[in-house]
Amino acid sequence: MSKSKLTKSDVLHVAKLSNLKLTDEEVSRYSDQLSKIVDYISELSNVDTTGIKPVYQTTGLINVLREDEVNTTNILPTNAALSGTDNTKNDLFVVKKILTNN
Amino acid sequence: MNIPLTIKETQDGLKSKKFSAVELVDAYFSQIKKYNDEYNIFLTLTEDSAYKKAKEADKILSNKDIEILSEKPLIGVTASYKDIFLTKGVRTTAGSNILNNFIPPYSATSVLKMENAGAITIGKANCDAFAHGASGENSDYKATLNPWNKSYVPGGSSSGSAASVSANMSLVSLGSDTGGSVRQPASFCNLVGLKPTYGAISRYGVIAMSSSLDTVGTFAHTIDDIEIIFDVLRGQDGFDGNVIDFEKKSFDKNSKIKLGVAKEYFGKGLDSEVEGKIEEAIKIYERLGVEIVEVSLPHTKYGVSVYYIIQPAEVSSNLGRFDGIRYGNDRSFFGDEAKRRIMLGSYVLSAGYYDAYYEKALKVRTKMVEDFNRVFSHVDAIISPVSPSTPFKLGENASNPLKMYLEDVYTTTANIVGIPGLSVPFGFSKNELPIGFQLLGPRFSEHRLFEIGRMFHKEINYKPRVAL
Repeated sequence: MSKSKLTKSDVLHVAKLSNLKLTDEEVSRYSDQLSKIVDYISELSNVDTTGIKPVYQTTGLINVLREDEVNTTNILPTNAALSGTDNTKNDLFVVKKILTNN
Repeated sequence: MNIPLTIKETQDGLKSKKFSAVELVDAYFSQIKKYNDEYNIFLTLTEDSAYKKAKEADKILSNKDIEILSEKPLIGVTASYKDIFLTKGVRTTAGSNILNNFIPPYSATSVLKMENAGAITIGKANCDAFAHGASGENSDYKATLNPWNKSYVPGGSSSGSAASVSANMSLVSLGSDTGGSVRQPASFCNLVGLKPTYGAISRYGVIAMSSSLDTVGTFAHTIDDIEIIFDVLRGQDGFDGNVIDFEKKSFDKNSKIKLGVAKEYFGKGLDSEVEGKIEEAIKIYERLGVEIVEVSLPHTKYGVSVYYIIQPAEVSSNLGRFDGIRYGNDRSFFGDEAKRRIMLGSYVLSAGYYDAYYEKALKVRTKMVEDFNRVFSHVDAIISPVSPSTPFKLGENASNPLKMYLEDVYTTTANIVGIPGLSVPFGFSKNELPIGFQLLGPRFSEHRLFEIGRMFHKEINYKPRVAL
């Protein structure tokens, strides 16, 4: 029995955050599988990390800068940038409306 | 013709006119035609451009005055690419149905560097979808079978890359290693595999999985060949801000090499045959005058947990871009494992859990970096298992994601702390399945790892072997 139970409503919540639609069968299967995984990774609570700073990346590089110049060898022409979809208009991608007047 | 198994033999054969590059390409494609349907290794073949490139190579080589190898160190060398490397004009699927019709408008830096160095692209290799997996079974285009025994997995996620080289369908291959995805399939397929230092090779044009862990890795039959490819690929390209140019570091002639053995790597969970092989390797190193030093990496046991928090968190962010608007299909085309990782990532990053999981994992990551820094202050490298077992059977771990994740116990640490790992093949198990070990070194110590690996292969008189 897993301790960190992800209920079906927890799974539906993370699915919504992830922009994924799940079937009922998936909700129930992921609830079981994700609970077991979260239960396992919860072992980290056993490690004392008082006063420890997090490592986000391992290079130690900060702010890699370059001149603000156009690199003409690395520009995608419009037709190449749009080549992955047929749904274009006026050389632009067509997207679903996200703002409405009500 | 007998296909040569090293870059040197290939190029010697071409220069002495033993065979032409076109004949060589013929031989690889005849091998592919014979076995590809059975083993599911290539997703896309680039036959036309391969022959064009081969003809170019033959033309260049016919001009005897040219000292070509300094300019084109990979001339005549066939290469396959894991299908997450963008190849301009050639379909790139990432092993996922979401990209089943995606034709990239540009190529990855590493692909361009290989081709500029003379390499002949053979095709795009199968892989776990979005590089999620340790077996190749998460591909939406059927699992790749291990060329050494088709009841077994070739390892993953760079499954087709490894299989293409061990099935003699390509001389070398590029894969990506985010948590072991080059080293483990290399080990399962009797190949040398390199996971470089984070920041050694540009990832521009490689479909991102987990950006603080992803590296471009290489497969070949020998350490010499891995070194040649590594030197072609490394260095800044201006497009991956994490890449650092660095000088090759070698050992001084008379320095005594110190090899660390971490006590945490042995015992529970490690297959006894794999353990026996590593003990044998350690004895061989002792015989070679290498000093074996017992070391401790106390946070080893937390590696999988740290990895399965950071990696899904970054996956959930990177796979957010697949919306079906600019290219590819919509999100309903994601496979099972991608959905699992995206949701796990969203969970550990979500309000109320961020500190307990994500931030906590990053702090334990700091502890792991400190462990390795401490150990590398008194040893040159660490010898370690690659996988806790020899290759497992297809389907064996497929229904239990957590069990599959635990396969990564020895490989994830190198990604978490950003250090290089070299997978070194060392013979076969009683069941005739490949076994190897890995050498881990400090950041940017690749050339020293090559030396340590090479002295071992020289001592055992290592000869490359292909399965088919």
